[in-house]
Amino acid sequence: MRVAIIDYGSGNLRSATKAFERAARESGLDHAEIDLTNDAARVASADRIVLPGVGAYADCRAGLDGLPGMREALIEAVEKQAKPFLGICVGMQLMASRGLEKSVTSGFGWVKGDVVKMEPKDAALKVPQIGWNTLTLARPHPLFAGIETGPDGLHAYFVHSYHLAAELPEDVVATSDYGGAVTAFVAHENKAGAQFHPEKSQKLGLALLSNFLTWKP
Amino acid sequence: MTLKARVIPCLDVKDGRVVKGVSFVNLVDAGDPVDAARAYDAAGADELCFLDITASSDGRETIFDVVARTAEQCFMPLTVGGGVRAIADIRKLLLAGADKVSINSAAVRDPDFVAQAADKFGDQCIVVSLDCKQTAPEKWEIFTHGGRNATGIDALDFAQAMVKRGAGELLVTSMDRDGGKIGYDIALTRAIADRVPVPVIASGGVGTLDHMVEGVKDGRANAVLAASIFHFGTHTIEEAKRHMAAHGIPVRLD
Repeated sequence: MRVAIIDYGSGNLRSATKAFERAARESGLDHAEIDLTNDAARVASADRIVLPGVGAYADCRAGLDGLPGMREALIEAVEKQAKPFLGICVGMQLMASRGLEKSVTSGFGWVKGDVVKMEPKDAALKVPQIGWNTLTLARPHPLFAGIETGPDGLHAYFVHSYHLAAELPEDVVATSDYGGAVTAFVAHENKAGAQFHPEKSQKLGLALLSNFLTWKP
Repeated sequence: MTLKARVIPCLDVKDGRVVKGVSFVNLVDAGDPVDAARAYDAAGADELCFLDITASSDGRETIFDVVARTAEQCFMPLTVGGGVRAIADIRKLLLAGADKVSINSAAVRDPDFVAQAADKFGDQCIVVSLDCKQTAPEKWEIFTHGGRNATGIDALDFAQAMVKRGAGELLVTSMDRDGGKIGYDIALTRAIADRVPVPVIASGGVGTLDHMVEGVKDGRANAVLAASIFHFGTHTIEEAKRHMAAHGIPVRLD
């Protein structure tokens, strides 16, 4: 099995790669190849695809579109062949219809809704939300198998000012409470996305990445 | 169920080694940064901060290697600062494995650099580090270059200006307190935390666990940073967190 992590010059790619390698080792998937690549053909032929992302929405989108054939490779592998996809942070936000950070930028439209600035009801809460928060599962999902959630559950690491306001409640798998419910995890068919950083979320993160490596949507 | 207060050990790194100064001088070797990072990762630190205090540009290249080797083993958020002057520096640090970068002198010299960095990498990635010295009651001045250069800039004005430019977080260090183990400058921390909409990290002066409680409760910081109290084994991260929890501060203990 080969997992393509798309390298479009955005963000903490080494962390994501190393975390996947460790998750593969710990799940006994020693044969799994974690392939950090900017080559559209390698993405199209991968078994699983991960889109990380740190940065401004428009900049990430432009970086991705700057890779020849990458948009088409994603359509082929993720939309047509329905291979398992995981977006992380801005990689997750790119799954939305549009991003409204700094300018209006179109996303992939895999999860209906816009990426909007967070406005916590409690004015004392700071934006960006930076740090560790617990998750509330809106519905069971295979990627959260064996992961303890809820107020006494494990924590996930968030760093974000914007979140995906999903139009369809069924697309939202988990939320975190930050002066109101903030979208923490979305899934639509074979496409999943984490607003938090699983590659930085220690126990919870490694468990989720392991689940992704064996996920059969 | 809420966002937890963060406990952040800070590693001052010079020529690839951890050092800890008292008021930024008298550096004492405290070991290999990658070993230290691994130990803090296992101990449940919420984030790790590397501050590169290397003077020469040659020596500064070592920080990329330190960050890369740390990111290979640690699955915790990593903030790296010191000598960040150009967009290319930020990209290189992020590619090596940093999650956030902290900007100090360059932000004072060219506030628009912070805006460019925030546009490029997102506000959440850009920490502006403020080294502050008290000049009068409720008044503090910004210093740069490891505390050597006075700027004449008012710290509270500067904090607000940086957030307007796109700083996603402020690391507020009291130079009067740093290394003194007499507690954070609470008035400074609170004055800034109350004025800005972004998270504030209190830094400089931790000597006891009560100081960390004060940083959050009285200083209204979202995170507390400490160095020597952890490096030399006076307290563990878990002791710090349990102490904070006992004083009603939500912390992560997984």
